[in-house]
Amino acid sequence: MKNGIRLAAIGGALLTGALALSACGSDDNSGNGNGTAAAPEGNCVEATVNAAGSSAQKNAVDEWIKNYTANCAGAVLNYNPSGSGAGIEAFNGKQAAFAGSDSVMKPEEAEAAKTRCAGNPALHLPMVVGPVAIAYNLDGVEGLQLSPETLANIFANKIKKWNDPAIAADNPGVTLPDTNITTVHRADESGTTDNFTKYLAAVVPDIWTFETGKVWTAPGGQGGTKSDGVTTLVKQSKGSIGYVEMSYAENASLSTVKVKNGAGEYTELTADSASKVVAGAQVVGTGNDLALKIDFAAKTPGAYPIVLVTYEIACEKGLTGKEGEFVKSFLTYTASEAGQEALKGLGYAPLPPEIISKVRTSIDAISAA
Amino acid sequence: MSVLTAKTGQAIPETSLGRKLKDRTVLIAVYVAFALAVIPLVSVLYKVISEGVQVISADFLTRSMNGIGGRDAGGGVYHSIVGTLEQVALASAMSIPIAVLTAVYLVEYGQGKRLAKTISFFVDVMTGIPSIVAGLFVLAFWILVLGFEVSGFAGALALGVLMIPTVVRSAEEMLKLVPNELREASYALGVPRWRTVMKVVLPTAFTGIVTGIMLAVARVMGETAPLLLTIWVTKVINFNAFQGAQSSLPTYIWEQASDPNQVAVARAWGAALTLIFIIMVLNIGARLLARRTSIR
Amino acid sequence: MTSIDDVQTAAVGVSRRRRAISTGRRGDKIFRGAALGSGVFVLVIMGAIAAFLVWKAIPALQANQGSFLTDTEWRANSDPPRFGIAQLAFGTVMSAFLALLMATPVAIGIALFISFYAPRKLADGLGFIVDLLAAVPSIIYGLWGLHFLVMNSDGVVSFLNTYLGWIPLFAGENVGGQSLFIGSVVLAIMILPIISSISREVFLQVPTPHIEAAQALGATRWETIRLSVLPYGRSGVISAMMLGLGRALGETVAIALVLSTVAGINWHILEPGGNTFAANIVRTFGESGEIGRSALIASGLVLFVITMIVNMAARAIVSRRKEFTE
Repeated sequence: MKNGIRLAAIGGALLTGALALSACGSDDNSGNGNGTAAAPEGNCVEATVNAAGSSAQKNAVDEWIKNYTANCAGAVLNYNPSGSGAGIEAFNGKQAAFAGSDSVMKPEEAEAAKTRCAGNPALHLPMVVGPVAIAYNLDGVEGLQLSPETLANIFANKIKKWNDPAIAADNPGVTLPDTNITTVHRADESGTTDNFTKYLAAVVPDIWTFETGKVWTAPGGQGGTKSDGVTTLVKQSKGSIGYVEMSYAENASLSTVKVKNGAGEYTELTADSASKVVAGAQVVGTGNDLALKIDFAAKTPGAYPIVLVTYEIACEKGLTGKEGEFVKSFLTYTASEAGQEALKGLGYAPLPPEIISKVRTSIDAISAA
Repeated sequence: MSVLTAKTGQAIPETSLGRKLKDRTVLIAVYVAFALAVIPLVSVLYKVISEGVQVISADFLTRSMNGIGGRDAGGGVYHSIVGTLEQVALASAMSIPIAVLTAVYLVEYGQGKRLAKTISFFVDVMTGIPSIVAGLFVLAFWILVLGFEVSGFAGALALGVLMIPTVVRSAEEMLKLVPNELREASYALGVPRWRTVMKVVLPTAFTGIVTGIMLAVARVMGETAPLLLTIWVTKVINFNAFQGAQSSLPTYIWEQASDPNQVAVARAWGAALTLIFIIMVLNIGARLLARRTSIR
Repeated sequence: MTSIDDVQTAAVGVSRRRRAISTGRRGDKIFRGAALGSGVFVLVIMGAIAAFLVWKAIPALQANQGSFLTDTEWRANSDPPRFGIAQLAFGTVMSAFLALLMATPVAIGIALFISFYAPRKLADGLGFIVDLLAAVPSIIYGLWGLHFLVMNSDGVVSFLNTYLGWIPLFAGENVGGQSLFIGSVVLAIMILPIISSISREVFLQVPTPHIEAAQALGATRWETIRLSVLPYGRSGVISAMMLGLGRALGETVAIALVLSTVAGINWHILEPGGNTFAANIVRTFGESGEIGRSALIASGLVLFVITMIVNMAARAIVSRRKEFTE
């Protein structure tokens, strides 16, 4: 076994060598920051906490962590963007202090969460509005306008050409090419698909007869894995159209569709227009639980209708020690003026005032006991 | 092989035209096959290197992602390098001895026995284990049942489970290739069996076993899914593999590549190049070592 | 292999008669125990995983409203859950098989090139590069496939569709993009270095007398290879192929990035679509609930069975060939 020992020795030498070479590694990135971090409100709780959940809010959480730790150097939050389902599972399994989720927990999940929180309910706290963009790739056509009916027919593969009369009717005065439409959807299960199909089913139930949910069930089209897969597909294939979170469409500089809302206006997607539709949402949770039901057909003027609200799921009571204190302190920051304002540059929209004030009340009720 | 190239075509002058033609055709086919394979393989390397080089800098290699917000540039992979090296080293330390000893049992002691057949069968079955399932197993067993927290070590357990079948299989093949004459000669000299295995069989098969181990190490170094469940995700440097969340290069690539941010995608390529570089260094190291110690 | 045992029993017998305690006996016992212990330990781990999977898979199988074997849809998170593995099995087997079909001839070509055709100096370097490529992690092949191959393959795909469209596999109207074909190409590229590096090892072990004998008979280079190298290396090459096939069957991240998912089984491999067991697991895992997770584990079990069958077939072929050649 001399050889084995030598192998181990060399392996060890390589390893220590590699580590030593870069032993000057550092957590200090302050030189690189863009210096916009505003001082967070509330107290600073120095703790190392794990959280997990929706990948749709990953960038928001990253930004919040950066701002929070800028004034609270000892705090570490490890957010694992593993998906809403996995996040809730990790929360219920006590590996995560709170979970991020694109949808409300199912009854059996809520039951498990209650056990996790030592018999207390787990709260859904709306925190980020994620607008869903309808991105398209069509040469020479800017500012495409679509009504929900046309949109549904396109994604149901009933409208197959860009110069279809229905599209032309939505876009008076625009010359549309005689190109085939390729629709792009998510291949994996996602909250984005869930919200987009729910929107279609709510607004045009006659046309959108497919099942709603996290899995895409309509026939035809191409599927991309994760949001970047969808973005890549739309970007590379001419005549394609797909739904993707606003931040992806912005970053890939894809054109986005102006969608006709409940008030009959074709609205452009902006952080403000996306916030507006959430203002009309109805709280379906009880007590401090703020599970929302969005009215996709809301007649609010200037509202962009297709949005996704992501929640933080946390125990109202039952989290103990530093972990509990941190969760309360961190969520207080994220729901604060500064925390919500930070979302705007990232392709998200802040929550409208009427909702965020309720969120703050709920967070105040969280106690670590 | 030099024998072949030197002598062909010269020794027998009366080779018929048809046979010569066939020979040529195959020659061309072999060259074409080579060219065909080289194009995509080189393209993979080229893409990674050209994209990665633009990102890699001293800062990139020595910084973590701490304090890097949603759309910020900057940050680095240091925390992930630390994580990957520690996790893979731990996984190797746990699984290689077990796997090699198992192969020794299968080849040297277990021939024809029912237990050996059962082990062999299960090892075969487990080579097909989807990597995420190993992660799930560790999550369920180590973290949920035994109540340990997520850590680099939990990730190493999952990687170790994935390594065992690959190393057993390759070590077994290599031990089988050791000629029986060697063993018989050793026994004839009165050398006990275990010393025969240690001094004759293992050293003879050493090169092959190391190659197998390197392939296994390289494979687990690129594993993403089981790590996401077991080591969590973190942006800060954590040297302690036994406590708290750790990062790793593959999970870092997976995460950054699916970020809408172009800066993040660039970081993913940089991390990919770093990962390939580490694997190559290990490979070259192992190869040099194997060459020096091999008995020829 | 019985010969070692014969020798061993003989040796033990002799030592027993001559000396009651040989210096090696104790070490032998310990070593044997360690080896046996490791084997049993591996068995325990593997058994535990298998048991765990079966245990975790049962709830979903009981709750399933569809037919697990024949349904083509995977809606394990719906209420009631309805899922079947038909599409996954089709995609997995098809893509792995196509990959093997594409990679094997090329890989053998490379192995032959490096062992017999390339100049000696070049051969060592090339062999090394091929081995290194076998070590490139799959996530990198996946990234390359998504960001490079998918974008640059439309020409080849439409060529195949136009000129070979009469073959049902290459037919279809809406070809291009993230198709099963592209997935297979990525898999083929991934398993190519594996197959060729093992084949090369095998070819190098062909005894020189075999080669020289063929040459002495006046064989051309190709005839030498055909007569002496290929028959000798056949079992090794087959086991290399099986190793590649195993990797292709279980490949996760690369295929998840490259394939697009469209419901149903589509024999037109140039059209976007396809899904595999492993890809489906990583794609849906994050958003799965209790039953969804359990269903994914059940699908993982099926992947086991398929890999197991492939491995057993490979073993059977290899051992039969051995009997034949030796």
